Amino acid sequence: MKRAAFFVLLLSLAACQADPQGAQRDGTASAGEVNIYSARKEALMAPLLNEFTQQTGIKVNLISGKADALLSRIQSEGANSPADVLLTTDAGRLHRAKAAGVLKAINSSELNRIPARYRDPDQQWFGLSLRARLILLNDPANTISIDSYEALADPAYQGQICIRSSSNIYNQSLTASLLHHSGEQATLEWAKGLVANLARSPQGGDTDQIRAAAAGACSIAVANSYYLARLLGDDPETDDFAAASKIRIVWPNQSGRGTHVNISGAGVLTNAPNPENAIKLIEFLASDSAQQIYAERNFEYPVIAGIELHPVLTGFGEFKADTIALNILGEKNAEALKLMDQAGWK
Amino acid sequence: MAPIMLPLRVDASRLIWPACALLVALLVVLPILTLLKLSLSADPQIWQHLRTTVLADYVSTTAILVIGVAILSLVLGVASAIAISQFRFIGASILSWALLLPLASPAYITAYSYTGLLDVSGPIQSQLRAVFGWQVGDYWFPAIRSLPGAIFVLGCVLYPYVYLLARTALSEQSVNLSYAAASSGANRRQFFFRVSIPLARPAIVAGLALVIMETLADYGAVSYFGLSTFTTGIFRTWFGLDSVESAAQLSLMLLSLVVLLMILEKAARRRAAYFSQSPSREDNRITLHGWRQWLAMALTCIPLVLGFVVPMAQLLFWAVQRIDGIWQARFWELLSNTLSLAGITAGITLALALLISYAARFSPNRFTRLCRSISSLGYAIPGLVIAVGVLIPLAWFDNQLDAWARLHLNTSTGLLLSGSLVALVVAYIARFLALGVNNAEAGLARIHPSMEQSARSLGENSFGVIRRVHMPLLRNSILTGFILVFVDVMKELPATLVLRPFNFDTLAVRAYELAGDERLADAALPSLAIVAAGLIPVILLTRFMRSDN
Repeated sequence: MKRAAFFVLLLSLAACQADPQGAQRDGTASAGEVNIYSARKEALMAPLLNEFTQQTGIKVNLISGKADALLSRIQSEGANSPADVLLTTDAGRLHRAKAAGVLKAINSSELNRIPARYRDPDQQWFGLSLRARLILLNDPANTISIDSYEALADPAYQGQICIRSSSNIYNQSLTASLLHHSGEQATLEWAKGLVANLARSPQGGDTDQIRAAAAGACSIAVANSYYLARLLGDDPETDDFAAASKIRIVWPNQSGRGTHVNISGAGVLTNAPNPENAIKLIEFLASDSAQQIYAERNFEYPVIAGIELHPVLTGFGEFKADTIALNILGEKNAEALKLMDQAGWK
Repeated sequence: MAPIMLPLRVDASRLIWPACALLVALLVVLPILTLLKLSLSADPQIWQHLRTTVLADYVSTTAILVIGVAILSLVLGVASAIAISQFRFIGASILSWALLLPLASPAYITAYSYTGLLDVSGPIQSQLRAVFGWQVGDYWFPAIRSLPGAIFVLGCVLYPYVYLLARTALSEQSVNLSYAAASSGANRRQFFFRVSIPLARPAIVAGLALVIMETLADYGAVSYFGLSTFTTGIFRTWFGLDSVESAAQLSLMLLSLVVLLMILEKAARRRAAYFSQSPSREDNRITLHGWRQWLAMALTCIPLVLGFVVPMAQLLFWAVQRIDGIWQARFWELLSNTLSLAGITAGITLALALLISYAARFSPNRFTRLCRSISSLGYAIPGLVIAVGVLIPLAWFDNQLDAWARLHLNTSTGLLLSGSLVALVVAYIARFLALGVNNAEAGLARIHPSMEQSARSLGENSFGVIRRVHMPLLRNSILTGFILVFVDVMKELPATLVLRPFNFDTLAVRAYELAGDERLADAALPSLAIVAAGLIPVILLTRFMRSDN
């Protein structure tokens, strides 16, 4: 009796979900849908996706999660995977998806508006928004003259730097770019120098580094542009706004290769049941109106030129971005992490 | 193939229990085998790299963390269980269930809360600096995001496992024992330490085992604190070094550590078997009066305040700031998703836990005992690792079935299991079976085999014994296990994230979406909702238990 009930339960659980997918597979009911596996938080994507549904009538289904776990899911689901689009928050993971052979090449004139360096040379993935890795100072006396990532390892800044764990992809990508530009030995030395300069053991997220710097726990912090912008876009009454207001921005490496940037981006999956809608979605995300939303709501830099920035970002000023091909960040990620391990960067 | 010698007639009834045990254990064995298969193709160079750089740090940090959390939760859990089970004092009946409340909050949320409060930029340190004109570095303040901080936070949220099992064991002890002890001249204190505590030991150890496994599997809190534990190492290896194979290898190493602990514990317990002749619900607590009862209340409140009141106050403070804009219509959908998923999973998990515990009791041989031990292992494996371990074989099965159906039936079955909630429920069961099994075991261990022998001699079969003798005695243990699984499923995040069907959110997912985006204040409301929803089963549990008295 108990076991019979158990099987009925299992079957009904399966039935809950099996049907809609069966329908998608038939291709008949699929005209109006697109399925996204997203490493970006749902809350960040929601305004964009709602706009997409309004414009096209295409219903968006979403699962958000960690990029590598989603990639694992896509790989094990294989030919039956319902996923059409993979959205990630960094180029490294898109490169990883491409290497796993789950992305397919897209030819779209709309997507060619994206500058070549922010998309895959084989047209398998496309950057949709930009973030820069900034050096942030709490330096009321104006005595710190740091101007590059390399200088973070300068012994002059001993005990002054706050940066998060090397488990974080933003730090891994930054280190991968240094690895590309200066080679293995120099990067290892750099990572060791940085570790020696830390004000405290790496902890928390990017926002925590900004808060710690503002509180005086360190004078130099490293964080992505939108974290600072979001605090500055907050209600001026809040503690966070007050903290962020104490911070001075440094655009690193302006006299050289430029500031390290990373993308959030997307690719269409090989086994996508709704490939046309998938392309439509990515084209929409690269359109002027969507790019405007990225800039306004998420405090990110658009990949398309000529889009008006959020006033906070305009206040950050113009900058020169590193032109390194973004797939290198993915290729060198593991090697970068090994160096960080060797340097004792927790 | 060599012919296999089989006895001509196999007594089917003898095989039922081992077969049941095997089936249940398979749920945990399947993901472990998947990990084994993955780890076989791991790149030895990565292992070499880990061994020469970070592995020692992973091992030592994890060891200190586990020992610290075990000691703290043992002190908090056993002390409060003794207070509640042995004494009657003001507020005791409320505290008896309120002490469970820390369980309702995910550990990482409590970690965020304490960080918000105690961090260098938090209100306490900011006030200190403002009032005394200090700068950071001028004064000493305990760093919350540190190894001791993690021990503190995890100990404060996990002690209820020890408390719950210890309290149930202590308060169900037979009054006859204390009469016997008294007649042999032992005073109450001697009786307590020489008889009661040793009798409750299996339950205390079972609770402690849950604490240790949960600590080993924790990722959210330790990664936020920046600690290099095994779990953070597993994900660092998977995500950063892009090697799910080496991550599987690390997971198996963690698992073998747990197996070792289990063997040690079994060996230590081998010679001692504790049974209670007739579990009694008779209340023989000592009534405290005057300042003693206030002191007892104050002391018993400590774990509750540290594990629940303080972090929830911080969450409430954040939630009030952000009350507008977050409270959406979808809240009820999130709540019903969360509760139904937790209810279904807890029900199935407990049924399976009972099945395997009975198999080991009625058919006590190496095989069933091994199955039962294996079924507890999943609790020490991080949720995301279990998720992948479940996903790979289920999706494989789905694709095989689909290919077969397309070929022979000209229809597509799609992702029958892995594309539905089945995968999620299976992953939960694999992960949380230990909670059910440990409770069922702790309950069964207190029922002396002579009871079933007499029932059998009166003509009852196994099922009759279960239904008419055990069920009434086990009710509290089963309920306890149900609630623990229920609450843990409500809080579960990593497996839920990756295995859920499209557009299916739970409260934990929503809270994480906001917290993981470094918007702690916005995450406060869904976090409070998890806690509030977690209160319902805790209160129900108390009702059930009290209706017995």
